[in-house]
Amino acid sequence: MALDSKVPKGSIKDKWTDYKNNINLVNPANKRHIDVIVVGTGLAGGSAAATLAELGYNVKAFAYQDSPRRAHSIAAQGGINAAKNYQGDGDSTYRLFYDTVKGGDYRSREANVYRLAEVSANIIDQCVAQGVPFARDYGGLLDNRSFGGVLVSRTFYAKGQTGQQLLLGAYSAMNRQIARGKIEMFNRHEMLDVVVVDGKARGIIARNLITGEIERHSAHAVVVGSGGYGNVYFLSTNAMGSNATAAWKIHKKGAYFANPCYTQIHPTCIPRSGDYQSKLTLMSESLRNDGRIWVPKNMEDVMAIREGRKKPTDLSEDERDYYLERRYPAFGNLVPRDVASRAAKERCDAGYGVNATGEAVYLDFASAFERYGKEQAKIHNIQNPSPAKIKELGQAIVEAKYGNLFQMYEKIVDQNPYETPMMIYPAVHYTMGGVWVDYNLMTTIPGCYCIGEANFSDHGANRLGASALMQGLADGYFVLPYTIGDYLSSDIRTGAISTDSKEFEEAEKEVTERINFFVNNKGTKSVDYFHKKLGKVMWDKAGMSRNAKGLTEAMAEIKAIREEFWKEVSVPGTADEMNPELEKAGRVADFLELGELFAKDALMRAESCGGHFREESAELDGPQKGEAKRNDKDFAFVAAWEYKGEPADAVLHKEELEFKDIELKQRSYK
Amino acid sequence: MNLTLKIWRQKDSKAKGQMVDYKVTDISEHMSFLEMMDVLNEQLVNSGEEPVAFDHDCREGICGMCSMHINGEAHGPDRGITTCQLHMRMFKDGDTITIEPWRATAFPVIKDLVVDRTAFERIQQAGGYISVNTSGNTQDANSIPISKHAADEAMDAATCIGCGACVASCKNSSAMLFVGAKVSQYALLPQGQVEAADRVRNMVEQMDKEGFGNCTNTGACEVECPKGISLENIARMNREYLAATFKG
Repeated sequence: MALDSKVPKGSIKDKWTDYKNNINLVNPANKRHIDVIVVGTGLAGGSAAATLAELGYNVKAFAYQDSPRRAHSIAAQGGINAAKNYQGDGDSTYRLFYDTVKGGDYRSREANVYRLAEVSANIIDQCVAQGVPFARDYGGLLDNRSFGGVLVSRTFYAKGQTGQQLLLGAYSAMNRQIARGKIEMFNRHEMLDVVVVDGKARGIIARNLITGEIERHSAHAVVVGSGGYGNVYFLSTNAMGSNATAAWKIHKKGAYFANPCYTQIHPTCIPRSGDYQSKLTLMSESLRNDGRIWVPKNMEDVMAIREGRKKPTDLSEDERDYYLERRYPAFGNLVPRDVASRAAKERCDAGYGVNATGEAVYLDFASAFERYGKEQAKIHNIQNPSPAKIKELGQAIVEAKYGNLFQMYEKIVDQNPYETPMMIYPAVHYTMGGVWVDYNLMTTIPGCYCIGEANFSDHGANRLGASALMQGLADGYFVLPYTIGDYLSSDIRTGAISTDSKEFEEAEKEVTERINFFVNNKGTKSVDYFHKKLGKVMWDKAGMSRNAKGLTEAMAEIKAIREEFWKEVSVPGTADEMNPELEKAGRVADFLELGELFAKDALMRAESCGGHFREESAELDGPQKGEAKRNDKDFAFVAAWEYKGEPADAVLHKEELEFKDIELKQRSYK
Repeated sequence: MNLTLKIWRQKDSKAKGQMVDYKVTDISEHMSFLEMMDVLNEQLVNSGEEPVAFDHDCREGICGMCSMHINGEAHGPDRGITTCQLHMRMFKDGDTITIEPWRATAFPVIKDLVVDRTAFERIQQAGGYISVNTSGNTQDANSIPISKHAADEAMDAATCIGCGACVASCKNSSAMLFVGAKVSQYALLPQGQVEAADRVRNMVEQMDKEGFGNCTNTGACEVECPKGISLENIARMNREYLAATFKG
């Protein structure tokens, strides 16, 4: 099947408007007879469920958590981008579009990104109308901050809890529809398969996580907004329950999976401390507005710090290597995430890591304390303030901006980041790859849509900070509600979909058999044993830098782990009760397939782009020496994989990327 | 360190539960409390026993899933944190730690340490929103200036994570801190004014229906709240409720 991206004709500025003017609509009386299933209730799923219900469709929403409000979008800290140009610093729809395509290292689809930039301003208006308490300045207007990879301030925020506030906004919109009966909410339910009838997605099989009951749910369309697959690494900043099962199930039923190797390793996370570690904690990128990243210049100082003979605060300015400022003077500490992560790895691999494991760099706020302190002293007319007073005044400003993050750091690491620099190291955070969708956000299964992090569409090979929230809400509030209407307009005479068909029966049988296998297997090893083993292979061989040899080994090793898993996995308890081990088993089984496809994709893509760094493809000399080297001649395409049984047998389909509105050039942040 | 754990085990909502003793050894002080629970569960799985069910997800203090009553305190002995942010450095070798689920009539136990908090859902569905459709035509976000003070105060109320520690800490199992926070967020913002009276009436009515107790101003909720939600929110809710009553 040839991939058709269905991008509308016309100039990039008019595509979305023309599209909306020409699609088929469903009249309100007919919407009442159409059901839509939404899987996942984060920013994408939650906003989609609420908006579709407002429009009049009957929505069934599913979340594995006990409330839609707990989806992992809640943990997003820093902010949400929008081309409002409230700061008058030269921002525009085009500039947001340009930054996003460039930030994604020219591996995203232009038309989708432009549409995203176009609707971004509406998102802020909508959220404010819902009562989202964004940060404001003293005049009562909205405040902005800056994020990596851009030269303007376009990020709106609510302290360090922007994701929480935006999700609570979408959740409140959902609640209004749940109260009206337009959304039927299924908390503590997990989608375990999609049901395809006559070539169209017509429902799902879900498990009630409290009773263990397997349920059939039908609808005229299925929307998957189930988030990313970062937990394929075991350790990531994702929630413990974040999983790829819904996305992987639709892949196995016909949805192509695109660019799985595009993974974002976030530069500022709290370093790992031991083998018992269950997850990693992000420190928001917004901290790089005010924090400066460094390691000692001299190896003796590194050793002295590791052995506790010296403290970081003992080192003078010229004994420190602010390596991002040194290497990238134009963007400094605000280079994009992939660049910042690789630079940290480069220093740590060279032996300059500052903690016992050698995997940590400093994020230092001392100069921000001083800068803000002096400014405050001026504002408050304090003559000749002492250094201590300056620090105190400056710390108060930093606390107001990032207080919750500093507190979080102190609780985890047991060090006071106001007194000593934070230690940070990159960690898996976000997956740009995902289910392939066309301009309508429809997958290669008709009637099955995929939105938010779960799809591949907008971020190319690297996502810029504060763009995930923007994409989730753009998809759910402003894009899907239009595009799905065009599809559903042909379903107005279909009537309710029965769950008594053989397709539902077969899907349910398959799900039940797998569950029964797990609880009856009585193997010798826990689910976590396999998950950790998989995670180690992924991190070592498909992590921040990759090469052909490692990736080939990774494919074989993952396959071997998968085979061992199906022999030796042990799941206590029964199928007909709340059973967290059983839930994990199903998710890890899917990660064990996804991981291999990931490695296969990374092996195929013999170029470096964004978060995907192939050691064989780096600049060897000139001013860009050591930087990633893209190969547009051979790899300016989306890799969409078709499932054929074993992950190694997946078939590659290419969607060639066309760049008509942006010139393809090397991404430089120097 | 080596620890004795006394944990509430209950097969399902109908079963009778009991405290069961477990031992864990070689626990690092750098572990989080839930990582210590992972160690216990791995131990149980490897010996073919059913692991302890507990709610958890983000493990960074924001999703509000985790909910353990540890040594008689919601989220354990430290302040301003959730269970997932509690670290073992708060305990010492040889300690016995008692771990119970949230205890409240309105939060029935589902299994072991997992409770049903959907009462909170129904309270929010009763009015915890501003009635605005998604259109793309709402007015410009900067068209109504909102004083920084009001916006910050609304934000402080809005940081509630809905974990239920306030209910679990209250001798009356009152949910007034939770409801007060949500009512306050909207009461403090101009967008929330239009529906303010109906909102507070409906949410309070639903709260009472769910079987939560009343507030007797002991303030335990504020002390145990991982997000530092202030008692002022309860006072504000009471004022809003009273005003709404007079509006008829």
